[in-house]
Amino acid sequence: MRELELFFGPQHLGMVGNFSITLKVEGDRILKADANPGFLHRGFEKLMENRTWMQNFPLVCRINVVEPDHMELIYSMAVEKLAGIEVPERGKFIRSIYCEMARVGSHLFGLWAYANMLGFDTVAHWAMYHRDLLLDLFEELTGARVYHIYLRPGGVRRDFPDGFTDRLVETLHKIGGKVPDYNATFFENSIFKKRAEGIGTVTREEAIRMGAVGHTIKATGMKYDIRKIEPYDAYDQVDFDIPVRTGGDAYSRLLTIRDDMIESVHMIFKLIDKMPKSGEVYTKTPNPFKWTIPEGEAYVRCESSRGELGLYIVSNGGEKPYRVHFNTPSYNHGLTVLEKALVGESVSDVGNIMISLYVVAPEIDR
Amino acid sequence: MPKTSFLNPFKAIKYLFEKPQTLKYPFETKEIADRYRGFHKNDWDKCTGCGNCADICPNKAITMVEIPELPNKPEEGKKNKRPQLDYGRCCFCGLCVDICPPGSLTLTKDFLHIHFDKKTFTFIPKDEKLNKETYKAEKEYSIFTASLSQRKEYYDGFSPDIRYALFKPDRIEMPEIEPDERKLSFIEQVIGYDKEQAKEEAGRCLECKLCEEACPAHLKISDYIDAIYRDDPKESLEIIYEDNPIPSICGRICMAHCEDACSLHIRGDSLAIRWLKRYAADQIKNFKEELELKPGKPTGKKVAIIGAGPSGLSLAYFLRLQGHDVVVYDELSGGGGIIRIGPPTYRLPLDAIDKDVQYIESLGVKFKFNTKVGRDIGFEKLLNDYNAVFMGIGNTISFSTRVKNSEKCTLALDFLKDNKIGKQRKVTKNIIIIGGGNVAMDVARESIRLQHIQFPEQQVITKIVSLEGWDQLPATKTEIEEAKEEGIRFNPSWGPKEVVLDDDGNIRGLLCKKVKSVFDEQGRFSPTFYENEEKFLEGTMIIEAIGQRADFSFLPEKLFKRLEFTDRKKIKVDANGMTSIPGVFAGGDIVNINMDAVTAIADAKVAAEGINKFLNYD
Repeated sequence: MRELELFFGPQHLGMVGNFSITLKVEGDRILKADANPGFLHRGFEKLMENRTWMQNFPLVCRINVVEPDHMELIYSMAVEKLAGIEVPERGKFIRSIYCEMARVGSHLFGLWAYANMLGFDTVAHWAMYHRDLLLDLFEELTGARVYHIYLRPGGVRRDFPDGFTDRLVETLHKIGGKVPDYNATFFENSIFKKRAEGIGTVTREEAIRMGAVGHTIKATGMKYDIRKIEPYDAYDQVDFDIPVRTGGDAYSRLLTIRDDMIESVHMIFKLIDKMPKSGEVYTKTPNPFKWTIPEGEAYVRCESSRGELGLYIVSNGGEKPYRVHFNTPSYNHGLTVLEKALVGESVSDVGNIMISLYVVAPEIDR
Repeated sequence: MPKTSFLNPFKAIKYLFEKPQTLKYPFETKEIADRYRGFHKNDWDKCTGCGNCADICPNKAITMVEIPELPNKPEEGKKNKRPQLDYGRCCFCGLCVDICPPGSLTLTKDFLHIHFDKKTFTFIPKDEKLNKETYKAEKEYSIFTASLSQRKEYYDGFSPDIRYALFKPDRIEMPEIEPDERKLSFIEQVIGYDKEQAKEEAGRCLECKLCEEACPAHLKISDYIDAIYRDDPKESLEIIYEDNPIPSICGRICMAHCEDACSLHIRGDSLAIRWLKRYAADQIKNFKEELELKPGKPTGKKVAIIGAGPSGLSLAYFLRLQGHDVVVYDELSGGGGIIRIGPPTYRLPLDAIDKDVQYIESLGVKFKFNTKVGRDIGFEKLLNDYNAVFMGIGNTISFSTRVKNSEKCTLALDFLKDNKIGKQRKVTKNIIIIGGGNVAMDVARESIRLQHIQFPEQQVITKIVSLEGWDQLPATKTEIEEAKEEGIRFNPSWGPKEVVLDDDGNIRGLLCKKVKSVFDEQGRFSPTFYENEEKFLEGTMIIEAIGQRADFSFLPEKLFKRLEFTDRKKIKVDANGMTSIPGVFAGGDIVNINMDAVTAIADAKVAAEGINKFLNYD
């Protein structure tokens, strides 16, 4: 049969985000896949070298549209490590609650993308609606719906508004109450299972070799989560589970995401219970116009909704970072894992596999 | 793995019978959160035009534009510049709100703007008070017409909150000797910052430079504060020396107009600029060895300066750097002029004055102390021998109240002078000071110290009688506070009527009358009294500290006649600092109305340029 070269994306209905894959196909079988990132390159890392330590925190969130919050977190953690700033206890809890809210919101967004792409429009609408409920809470807490610009080096920008935790719990119960419906229409729907089971399989060895993180590696049965390995903020103060599956395929990955989301909701409840009732929420940082950070370098990592997110930052003692480099999970998933997982699969499953790997294109092109 | 079935999805059918969740926007809208970060609003009355918002903006969306209709009052720390937003660039992060020192910038819940003209996206925010047409009441507001020119009133979102501000509103407290201890001796009250404190205080500066415009001598404050922050007091002192050659003096007794203008003082404490200058000057032990200033190439021109006060010293320094030969005449035994005799030792020790004077002397300025012009050398001789003459003589004669028996009273300057550079005065246990200005505070606080020294562990009383009421007192707030702390009693709004004597002719007390008003309708000093409302204050010594005037007796009469004065009885000088007599320049207290050291330096800068021009050395 004839071999064909096929361009999948950036303009393609099955593609989510500005990303492209060049496929070599025979019939509808994929022989080889080449990922083509770069359509969304905005030069964030370079731009950050030209902004002061304080001016950078409204910028970093824009690297990832789906989940800006962990970008703020990782930048703040890096600056705090370099400058030796300690976050107050209440600030740590607020940060963790905020990041778990972000994880739930991000997973719901991912669920929308997946369901929408496969044609499960009902589920997609539910997911979008429930994410919107969380965005309302984000708006109340931070003043913005998508780019929150809330988590700053030293802590957070404002304390919780009065009665915020009650409303948060109420909303999470509302979303949690819909899990049986989600299960019925999506996760336990045999049509979906047929489409997702057994495709894009990655074995644990391959996953480790290719640097897969987050739910991609959790779906192969490995409990790999930075919140446990290197606890930051308030994660060492609450008990939580790391949900894992063993299939390594798209279906297992989706179930891991669902379980992770449920675990996050439980964790928020525990964090709210344990949170100090009052206290400072941030440590005063130096005057933003005179803030210099001693020469040095730092690497910090956290568990974003897509897996381990790292940031390497170098200071030459000046008012601005000398070099910033992000280690984003989508980079590994979208380039190495995806190219491997697509081989041998059907052209109709490309989008399916890509979203199950949770590839967020803006994260690849910083 | 969960059990699956293709029948499961049909469970979702129940949602067909539920109310839809979708809002019918724009007919149905959602309540917007209280912290919403929408369009800006700026309270122009509070805004100082400092430009910190423009400096912090990560996207450079804010430009400061000059509004010519607004008054420009740099001396009050208010510039007529206001932020202009470019909504093509703004990312609504709200850093501008958190850095705004007066807290005038707010983000509102308005976020809708649709227009064909892209220029409308560049816009200068105002608030409801200033722009009533834009801000609509709730019932007139509709999201169909909402735009930057149709906004809802009092619709504040992300607002300034001093608890979360990006600057530090509180000053690092200056370590001081406690009132109970300091009133027993003349020990310097202010201890001075140590290195860490100075660095931390310097770190509060937002570099908006409002202070530099407010300073009469326009010192490069932001730069020298930054040098202190970088732990480089030497560089800091070098920057200070560009505009101010008496840092040890000014670091202690400057009236600090800069601190009144500091943008931080609106919602917190102003930066301790004066104490930081003092820190820089104190860190360098020997100015001559560490500073690398050299006098200019000799010009062969000679300038005589009468009076080694702040204006005279500064002028001598500036002219010497130009290369002129400068001789300073002063009747006192050392430099400093009025500063040498006025400010008591607990505020300004003689060592600090001598440190500054000696450095100026080391640059080649000749000082002729103990030489009074008019007595030891004639003014006309100076005019003949020198290319130019500068008068920086200051106000050296105290006014008297001239009430009945006032000749029995002591005059403030004589009292201060004797205590500082002469023989300590004998005081009594019960002293009354007449006056409400800084000199009166100096006299009162010096009196209480002398009382405690001369009558240890005995009950002593020091009181102040002033025409002005509490809020009109011309002395600085700090001085009044510190005087109160030391136990000085105030009698505001009372005027002296008669000094009451006992049978032996000794002072028994002061009879006072109630003040009706101090200033007339035009704001001029013209006190009126309730003649029949009287109060008798007991006291055995009275010191009059109601103001000073200059002594022009050294001027030959025909020259004095040619000297022109202004309406406020100050010597009239032109833009070059020259009086109506060619070649005679003047500055300091006899010229300006501020009557403080830093304004004298400013006068000296003007005169230095004027003299250069006059001598053809531009």
